Amino acid sequence: MPETTFLDANELVLNMGPQHPSTHGVLRVVLKLDGEKILGAECVIGYLHRGVEKIGENRTYQMFAPYVDRMDYVAAVSNALGYCLAVEKLLGVEAPPRAQTVRVILTELNRIASHLLWLGTHALDIGAITPLFYVMREREDILNIYERYCGARLTTHAFRIGGLQYEVYEGMERDVKQFCKKFLPRVDEYEELLTENRIWKDRLVNVGILNAEDCKAYGVTGPMLRAAGVKWDIRKAHPYSGYEKYDFEIPTRENGDTYDRYIVRIQEMRQSVRIIEQAVEDIPEGPIMAKVGKVIKPPVGEAYVSIEAPKGELGYFIVSDGSTQPYRVRVRPPSFVNLQALDKMSRGSLVADIVAIIGTIDIVLGEVDR
Amino acid sequence: MADEKQPDRAEGAPAPSSGGGGASGGPEGKAPEGGAPSKEAKPQPPESADETGAGKAGGTPPGKPPAKPAGAKPAAAKAAGAAKAPPRKPPPKKPAVMETEPWDDELSRALKERFGDRISEFSIYRDQKFLVAAPDAVVPIIEHLKLEAEFDYLVDVTAVDYPKKEERFEVIYILYSFARRERIRIKTRIKDGQELASVVPVHPAANWLEREVFDMFGIRFAGHPDLRRILLPDEWEGHPLRKDSSILNMDQKWVQENLGIDSGQ
Repeated sequence: MPETTFLDANELVLNMGPQHPSTHGVLRVVLKLDGEKILGAECVIGYLHRGVEKIGENRTYQMFAPYVDRMDYVAAVSNALGYCLAVEKLLGVEAPPRAQTVRVILTELNRIASHLLWLGTHALDIGAITPLFYVMREREDILNIYERYCGARLTTHAFRIGGLQYEVYEGMERDVKQFCKKFLPRVDEYEELLTENRIWKDRLVNVGILNAEDCKAYGVTGPMLRAAGVKWDIRKAHPYSGYEKYDFEIPTRENGDTYDRYIVRIQEMRQSVRIIEQAVEDIPEGPIMAKVGKVIKPPVGEAYVSIEAPKGELGYFIVSDGSTQPYRVRVRPPSFVNLQALDKMSRGSLVADIVAIIGTIDIVLGEVDR
Repeated sequence: MADEKQPDRAEGAPAPSSGGGGASGGPEGKAPEGGAPSKEAKPQPPESADETGAGKAGGTPPGKPPAKPAGAKPAAAKAAGAAKAPPRKPPPKKPAVMETEPWDDELSRALKERFGDRISEFSIYRDQKFLVAAPDAVVPIIEHLKLEAEFDYLVDVTAVDYPKKEERFEVIYILYSFARRERIRIKTRIKDGQELASVVPVHPAANWLEREVFDMFGIRFAGHPDLRRILLPDEWEGHPLRKDSSILNMDQKWVQENLGIDSGQ
């Protein structure tokens, strides 16, 4: 708590979590209240700390890859993509076109899955139960595609340094196309339930505002930044994995409130479908692995590579000493940095809003704590 | 294993004598962090074998006696291994430094003019720009970049520990400019116990990032509004991402006292 030297009669310190259903894991928030008004919120994190970065120093490059899936476990594919790209950067290799296209398909499906889970739980926090069942239905389709592709549903370990482990399974194009076709009308359904819903708007509009200036100051990225009107997406600004080939837009809004972030994420799902449709139409033939050898030993050096994960900028800073193990792996997790803005966003709002504000940041504690 | 290995090696050496493979798993698996694996854990088989020439590429693994086909003549194999031992040291070692290119553009020239020799290096590695600055120059540089060059987004603050160097910690700041679509890194090197000025007054985003660096490395940031541990418990002893802190020697006492369990390590 920043300044709790005295409490007047109206001030109250309220502890929320770590075991609280709407903190999305084990986040503890200490709220300082004046009646119902929030004067400050301090996050206490670390309950899920597993020392991922230290583990990375004690594993070879390949051995560490499955660990990154377990940071943001609802967007495991994105984590793996970032890690593989970072090591490939150090090695100076690039995945072959076929692998890149499959990576894009899986990563965008993952973005949809992550946003769906966010939508369901966020709506549940606010009190709308129905969307949760709807989104789980569609997320299931995505997880089924993963399962058929690589055998795992959540922590997929689908990518390898230099490309892919598995060839596209027979009928994958069909499954993905079917999903895309089915999915867009389903997004309309969610919007029907929520977008103009009076209660939904009352709970979200003008809640937890974070404008563009503050976003930049706090390092907030991803949908939160775009909802504040900054048209910045790493897929466009610094394309990787062949994103420059696809035609899609960056949805933005102006207000930077919780409602805008909802709209941005909904629009992003539609854009992801656009990308997937283009990618699946044209999967190039060819190998799925670049020549990286069985032993991965990047030359001495360091590189920072970041991707647009569903939650924001996910970066890997890897230092190589020329051995088979990274000398240092630093993960720049979007959730961790975005969560920092909670205090700023919640000041002045009501206790009931804190749940909406935590939800709108879209954190995964596995990534915050690593 | 041996069979898989061979195609990787120089084709000229079918290496019947010395059961070849088996080398890869063992030594590298536990390659030390020291950075110079040359001492005991010998350089890795595939590349080095290629470089040292086909003749010796049959390469016996360092520690292991020949595997299956050893029946042939173990003595000879051993001899070959022994004969090979000396040339193993000299092989063309790659320089253990980053092969950087100089970074020279408008921005670097402007910085050079402004900060002079407080910035000791402008380099590019893998198309990524970075500069090395004196510890006391970091905050002024970041502030200057924010005000004059639109580097308005502090992406990350992190550190790397090099216990053998006198200036043990390398602290790295990653900056991004939305307007220029450009990312740069600022590095500085400090000794153990030396304090750095906090960049929180310039970029509030540094608050938790610096706390994490403090938590993991024990580097203190002067002027930080709330420098406490962030991921580990407040009473935790030690700083886990220092190289001398091994996973096995973590704070057992805290675990026993607070969780009531013996660590499984």
